[in-house]
Amino acid sequence: MIEALKQRLSEHFQLTNLTIKNAGLAFLWVEKHELEMLLRQLRDFEGYTHLSFIIASDHIEKNQFKLTYMLHNYDTKHDLGVHVDISRVNASMHSIHPLWAQAWTYQRELKEMYGIDFPESPRVDEDFCLEGWDDMPPMRRDFDTVKYCEEHFDDRDGRATEENRQTMKVNIYPERGE
Amino acid sequence: MNLTHDFSPTPEVDLASGKYVKIWHGPQHPGITGNMSLELTLCGDEIVNCKTHVGYLHRGFEKLMERRTYIQNFPLVCRIAVPEPTFNEYLYSAGIEDLAGIEVPELAKWLRCLNLELMRLGSFLMWLGGASGAFGMSTVYQWTVTHRDYILDLFEEMTGARIYHMYISPGGVRAPLPDGFKDRCLMVMKKVEKLLYEVETTVLNNAVFKKRAIGLGVISSDMVDAYGVTGPNQRAAGYARDTRKDSPYLVYEQLDFDVITATGSDAFDRTIVRYQEMHQCVSLIRQMLDRMPTDGAFHTPTPNVLHWKIPAGETYVKAECTRGEYGYYIETDGSEYVRRVHIRGPSYTHAIAVMEKLVIGANIADVAGLMVSLHTYPPEIER
Repeated sequence: MIEALKQRLSEHFQLTNLTIKNAGLAFLWVEKHELEMLLRQLRDFEGYTHLSFIIASDHIEKNQFKLTYMLHNYDTKHDLGVHVDISRVNASMHSIHPLWAQAWTYQRELKEMYGIDFPESPRVDEDFCLEGWDDMPPMRRDFDTVKYCEEHFDDRDGRATEENRQTMKVNIYPERGE
Repeated sequence: MNLTHDFSPTPEVDLASGKYVKIWHGPQHPGITGNMSLELTLCGDEIVNCKTHVGYLHRGFEKLMERRTYIQNFPLVCRIAVPEPTFNEYLYSAGIEDLAGIEVPELAKWLRCLNLELMRLGSFLMWLGGASGAFGMSTVYQWTVTHRDYILDLFEEMTGARIYHMYISPGGVRAPLPDGFKDRCLMVMKKVEKLLYEVETTVLNNAVFKKRAIGLGVISSDMVDAYGVTGPNQRAAGYARDTRKDSPYLVYEQLDFDVITATGSDAFDRTIVRYQEMHQCVSLIRQMLDRMPTDGAFHTPTPNVLHWKIPAGETYVKAECTRGEYGYYIETDGSEYVRRVHIRGPSYTHAIAVMEKLVIGANIADVAGLMVSLHTYPPEIER
């Protein structure tokens, strides 16, 4: 089924990769400029009418964000993840709120958490979770949580920590530690 | 297909005119599920604009998980949804097992499924109390929370904990059922069933409840896919979609149950669907107690968790929780740490985009009832 879908899509789009996880789940990669048209095709002609979520993962070593649009086809019971790689520098992506009304919420969160802009997306500049946040977007890999905490919060007595792995090895599982 | 939505700006509201009032509903309010706020603009009793505000419960779970080993995440994930932690345990484990190629023993699948259905019933009982309270019948809350406590007693026996069980771990479950559990569980099911008939008489057949809930917060059929509506909210709109049937997991294929639907798509029909699903839970739990194997392995040996590396890959696993599609997207890079985890909770869209749309035109007194009828948990929005 998914191979046939790939065949049909390949006639119109430049698909760079396809991974079939199992009978109910596959992932494919598409170029940034083709994403909106591909999603429209999948929604209107291939039955992928449900958008489960939109997320980003930070691939800092490649200087890229990987966006994932997870779709579901209720007729074939199939999940399809569509990946797009975009640059981390001035990260920006087309909004898909004309396709799925709920998309604006995800896009607003991605702007706050990763700094990825969706210029046409409604209310994209409004705060989502972090009111008044003026630091680096916190879900980026290079955001240092320890440093942030040390700069913004005071130490509290009785909160000394130990290195977790060492504690587990020495105190909790001494017979299993290597 | 037309799944688009009108995003034209809301009309300017001149607060100085004295015609409008702006109030905050939440973040601490009996009519709010969890901690979030609705910034409501009212004209008389009628709501003319609404903006949702979340973030009061943001603990950065997804970020925390990127910096912890696989086993360190195991006690973390159940904290994401307080009234329903088990689904997080199951999906995190299922995702890890999928990526690491671990096969779960048959008994563990039955025990996981039993745990999930008990959780569903406990969560629905809590919801039912909240829903009754939102419509002015607070006494019912006392009854349902008492019965939820009976289920927590069962969890305590089964897992050693009442709320955060940490029972479903990658590879299986932590323990088999204790002696005599089946009889005690059946006794609780009998009590719950009796309670449900009382609730039917006092709430579902109550003229005031019907008057207020029928026609409140109708989710139109063109909203369902456009807004990603799932679960009972979707089924009350007439869509026979349920992950347990559509993409069966654990032992659901071996159990007898139908997908429950309604057609009104309002607060009343959503209550009816959940009420019937509670009866269905009782039936599923009885079926499992009768059919599950009585012995066998309940956990597959896993690598030393101190040095557990999982091959690079990605997966998406999902389950039907009380509120709809609950899913975990997990990406690994071959190291001891997960590269990215995303938790897809149904409340994300139900409590924000759907709520903001449905509440327009509603009466201020019905906001709590409307919100509870969508059954949302703010922690799964903020993760």
